[in-house]
Amino acid sequence: MSVATVPRVSGTPIGPAVAVHGLKRQYGGRVVIDRLDLRIDRGEFVALLGQSGCGKTTLLRALARLDLADAGRIEGPLRPAVVFQEPRLLPWAPLHANVALGMEGPEGQRLAAAALSEVGLVGRENDWPRNLSGGQAQRVALARALVREPELLLLDEPFAALDALTRIKMHLLIKELVARHRPGVLLVTHDVDEAITLADRILVMKAGRIFASYEVGAEVERERLRRDLLTELGVELPTAA
Amino acid sequence: MSIDLVQTGSPALEAAKPRSPRSSLLELKSGRFFLISWIVPVVAVVLWEALSRAGLVAAQVLPAPSSVVLTAWNLIQQGRLLSDLGVSLLRAAAGLLIGGGIGFSLGVLIGFSRLAEALLDRPIQMVRAIPFLALLPMVIVWFGVDETAKVFLVSLAVMFPIYINTVLGIRQVDPKLLELGRVIGLSNREQIRRIILPGAMPSILNGVRYALAVAWLALVIAETLATTKGIGFLAMDAREFLQTDVIVLTIVIYALIGVGADGLARLLEHSLLAWHPNFAKGSR
Repeated sequence: MSVATVPRVSGTPIGPAVAVHGLKRQYGGRVVIDRLDLRIDRGEFVALLGQSGCGKTTLLRALARLDLADAGRIEGPLRPAVVFQEPRLLPWAPLHANVALGMEGPEGQRLAAAALSEVGLVGRENDWPRNLSGGQAQRVALARALVREPELLLLDEPFAALDALTRIKMHLLIKELVARHRPGVLLVTHDVDEAITLADRILVMKAGRIFASYEVGAEVERERLRRDLLTELGVELPTAA
Repeated sequence: MSIDLVQTGSPALEAAKPRSPRSSLLELKSGRFFLISWIVPVVAVVLWEALSRAGLVAAQVLPAPSSVVLTAWNLIQQGRLLSDLGVSLLRAAAGLLIGGGIGFSLGVLIGFSRLAEALLDRPIQMVRAIPFLALLPMVIVWFGVDETAKVFLVSLAVMFPIYINTVLGIRQVDPKLLELGRVIGLSNREQIRRIILPGAMPSILNGVRYALAVAWLALVIAETLATTKGIGFLAMDAREFLQTDVIVLTIVIYALIGVGADGLARLLEHSLLAWHPNFAKGSR
């Protein structure tokens, strides 16, 4: 696929995409994030698992600068790209304007068209969001995130609302895109299999802290890893007969 | 203010779209149902004409349609009808512009600022509680019976629907889209231009449509004040001389203007809300 993008050196990651030091966040008396440290390198794909209410969405929102920190430091881009669970497309703007939102002029148009073709929506620049399926709309949201060439890409359960087959296609697409653009990625998800499929490293969050960290290794270890992760998340599988 | 609302969709895609449930309304605009929809009005007019000609309805009570048309023609030739119509339209336009402008400005101010809302919304709602026609005697005392009084009355009637719908539209913009704007790093100006105003537009146009309707009502009342020009004057003058045909003519003209205003509102919706499923091309 030929895509007009800034030339880049592919291969080795270049330094940290984001580093979090002693981040703390509380609402009222309840501590949601408790002195959390985290580092994600450029080109690294990190998945963040955790039960509802463990603080993983709060962490993502803090990294996106949508939420304030009570203590601690975030070293990283002020404007990471975010893909939310919903596509959040402007219904009154055609796709190219949605992708290039905030990027004025013909250059924005050109980059938007390139980004749309990169996510498999060639020639749909002038179409309206209402004519898209759920998966297609989420692709446009991905194009909108990647057209800005972010150092850090935050994914907040972006595939949760999609059907199983569309989700598999999106997994393949996001892998390919991340390999090409090499941002640091933080994926917040509930889906253990999704985390294993996509991530280089999986973090499990509990009570506002990173409780466990797993490197995703070779194919053979994955079933064991899956079992371990599910146990961490409170799902006990019956032992194999 | 220019807003990027008008964008051309792909015609091929529009054509390929399956027919919506609204297509039965579309059929009313064309094809055999279109003809059927006109049967009752046409029969009514023909019956009216026949009854008048047969002398069953006195011309003083209800003149025949043909005599109303003839009256219109005579008045045009005397140079009265068109100039009176022009005066009435000018009053309505001035009232819409002034009242609509004030209503929209207040709506934007209060839609964006909670302080402005705290300060201004209560007095505005208090004034709104007054039926604007109740102000008629007051208006006459303030402005006499000249043009200012008429334009004031129309402005007052128009202001509130535009104000309320503008505030509502701005407040109802999806907070998730506003959050997206922040994540992307839109400036406040871009946030307003790209997200808030387009998002509020369906509601604002709803207000415009309603305002057009009440503008007419206000105009009819205002024009019955001592006037020397305008459609209302034509009607008052005709009443003095028991010219029923002229009275019926003015009623028909008011009705036609109302239809025209509705058409104008539709036109605005179709051009500004082309993205909206309800106003997409081919469905109404």
